[in-house]
Amino acid sequence: MEKLLLLGNEAIACGAMDAGISGIYAYPGTPSTEITEYVQNSPEAYNKGIRSEWSVNEKTALEAALGMSYAGKRSMVCMKHVGLNVAADPYINAALTGVNGGLIVTVADDPSMHSSQNEQDSRFYGKFARMPVLEPSEQQEAYNMIFYAFELSEKYKLPVMLRITTRLAHSRTGIVRRNGLRQNNLNLPSDSKQFVLLPSIARGRYKLLLRLQPQLENESEISGYNMFFPGNQKNLGIIAAGIAYNYYLEVSRKNKLNYPVLKICQYPLPVKLLEKIAGETQKLLVLEEGYPFIEEQLRGFFNKPFIVEGRLSGKIPYDGELNPDCVADALDIEKKVLHSVPSVVVNRPPALCKGCSHADMFFALNEAMKKFGKGKVFSDIGCYTLGALPPYEAIYSCVDMGASVTMAKGAADAGLFPAVAVIGDSTFTHSGITGLLDAVNDNSPVTIIISDNLTTGMTGGQKSSASGRLESICKGIGVDPQHIRIINPLKKFHQENVTILLKEIEYKGVSVIISQRECIQTATRRKKTGNSVKLTHDSNEN
Amino acid sequence: MKTDIIISGVGGQGILSIAATIGLAAIDHGLYLKQSEVHGMSQRGGAVQSHLRISSEKVISDLIPLGEADMILSVEPLESLRYLPWLSENGWLVTNTKPFVNIDNYPSTESIINEIKKLKHYIAIDADETAHSVSSPKSSNMVILGAASNYIDIPEQSFLIAIEKLFFRKGNNIVNGNIKAFLEGKKSGVSI
Repeated sequence: MEKLLLLGNEAIACGAMDAGISGIYAYPGTPSTEITEYVQNSPEAYNKGIRSEWSVNEKTALEAALGMSYAGKRSMVCMKHVGLNVAADPYINAALTGVNGGLIVTVADDPSMHSSQNEQDSRFYGKFARMPVLEPSEQQEAYNMIFYAFELSEKYKLPVMLRITTRLAHSRTGIVRRNGLRQNNLNLPSDSKQFVLLPSIARGRYKLLLRLQPQLENESEISGYNMFFPGNQKNLGIIAAGIAYNYYLEVSRKNKLNYPVLKICQYPLPVKLLEKIAGETQKLLVLEEGYPFIEEQLRGFFNKPFIVEGRLSGKIPYDGELNPDCVADALDIEKKVLHSVPSVVVNRPPALCKGCSHADMFFALNEAMKKFGKGKVFSDIGCYTLGALPPYEAIYSCVDMGASVTMAKGAADAGLFPAVAVIGDSTFTHSGITGLLDAVNDNSPVTIIISDNLTTGMTGGQKSSASGRLESICKGIGVDPQHIRIINPLKKFHQENVTILLKEIEYKGVSVIISQRECIQTATRRKKTGNSVKLTHDSNEN
Repeated sequence: MKTDIIISGVGGQGILSIAATIGLAAIDHGLYLKQSEVHGMSQRGGAVQSHLRISSEKVISDLIPLGEADMILSVEPLESLRYLPWLSENGWLVTNTKPFVNIDNYPSTESIINEIKKLKHYIAIDADETAHSVSSPKSSNMVILGAASNYIDIPEQSFLIAIEKLFFRKGNNIVNGNIKAFLEGKKSGVSI
């Protein structure tokens, strides 16, 4: 069969389409975005009627995917690791409700925080929910796993997590496709109480989930994704999980290593396979991407005193992304590095684009805030988080999606005045709306600046959920229409914008300023394709 | 054969189209490849790099180990130096000398060139100027790729097919401009 040159994310999308999904649900988030985009841009998916529009956030995405599963069809939901925090409520409960049609929860972790605010390891969520987790070691395996994951999901009537990390997601290689499967027919769950988590029913569902655990463990023992490879250097056994197996192979082939190896790409952990490798070797080295998830579980696991090394023991750095170099270091293999980075090389941090609307908004905001002093602007997740860096140094927080609004409110409750929030349009619809309602209900003296660039910018310009409707949303929540102002962040309106900002910041109630100008990246692209964009107002209000 | 290449530049300079061209050329020539990219926040005017590995055997790791890159291919001189620890003993550094200045403390061109000159094998050319002279400055990427292609074990024909495939949708003029830039780059030697 012909090979397609695909990103890991695209291989997963292609696998999902071929395995018969009827819908994919997601909110954009690096490094997961391209999975859904691949389906959105695929004529094949269009012809098959696969649903693929963006969801408002990860929670709504997961719930919709669960609804599609309830109706008997296969669905996939995709998110970045921190997105699973947002979706944690339906995620954990979906292990209790179980599924009808197969459901895969694909979560892309970002070790080394290339484009994230933490490097949490989603495998803990898998264990927390008592849900099977699959973790591919390379892109073709990721493609193949989708078929298996759906089979597993439908066999045990449980959702399955597919855990990937940045390198696998964003690396391109040749992928061989399989023959595609047909979509499931519409079909209600055979047990009408399955999805009703009333305490009396939920207790039974939880007992069922617990009863399934030994069977899931057995699947891990016999699954082709967990494999024991014998070796004759028995002084050390290697446990290599997911992409770490890949890095180990790179190092072992080059240096002709022959340690016994246990490749782990499926959880719960395969106890017998672990006992087998421990029985044959004198100590173990655990190679895993993310937190020391396996290593922690192996502490005190065996019936004999046994040395287990890895991130926890310090053999591998506790934080940061794994790579072939730290794997080689852990195996005491010397590297031949001839060059160092010359001292002339300075950092080049990411920066807002030339002509970015956020930049002009920050310049106006900084001028308006001058008389109030530093430390009074809260912000959020998006390109505008770069407003914390020079030359702006305009914002003082970035915690999680939507936290700018609620943190400003809390600080205002504490007596801080003024308390200002800067949030993007897409982040506002993701998780800012509910916080604004809190502020309105308390009549908190806050000013919320929605820096509306009409797109989800940082992930590459995806559709923003409520473009053109932000003003009416704020009105609907109960913000006084007199204190909803729309400004156009352009240098020629700078002085007028500063005046409006200052007036609203000084107002002792909830005010919203929608600073609206299209993202320079999407605008450039749009000019090339000739599409039009819908604005709330076509010009500055003044 | 095995060629490991670090491609570097600044977000927005289009290093991914270089990676895509080499990727397509490698596939046309029947080789295996893996190419890791940078997406997300660091794309915004920051330092970006791509690990590209092509081989006659299946490629395993997505990342190139330190000291094992056969080439650093850079569209920006300062960025060409950032990944030097990856360069192998007999590796080549192929770079554009035209600086992309978007930071206040950008070092002097002279200090950068001095560091490049310390290397055993390098090609440093003003690709923007070369591109301008044969087609348009936008194809400076292809000039650098052309210069680098002399040290990548893939025939010229495969590169030309790849360029055509990649730019086909943008019309004949763009395809021809990029091919001209590639061939002009291919003639370049050390020129600093």
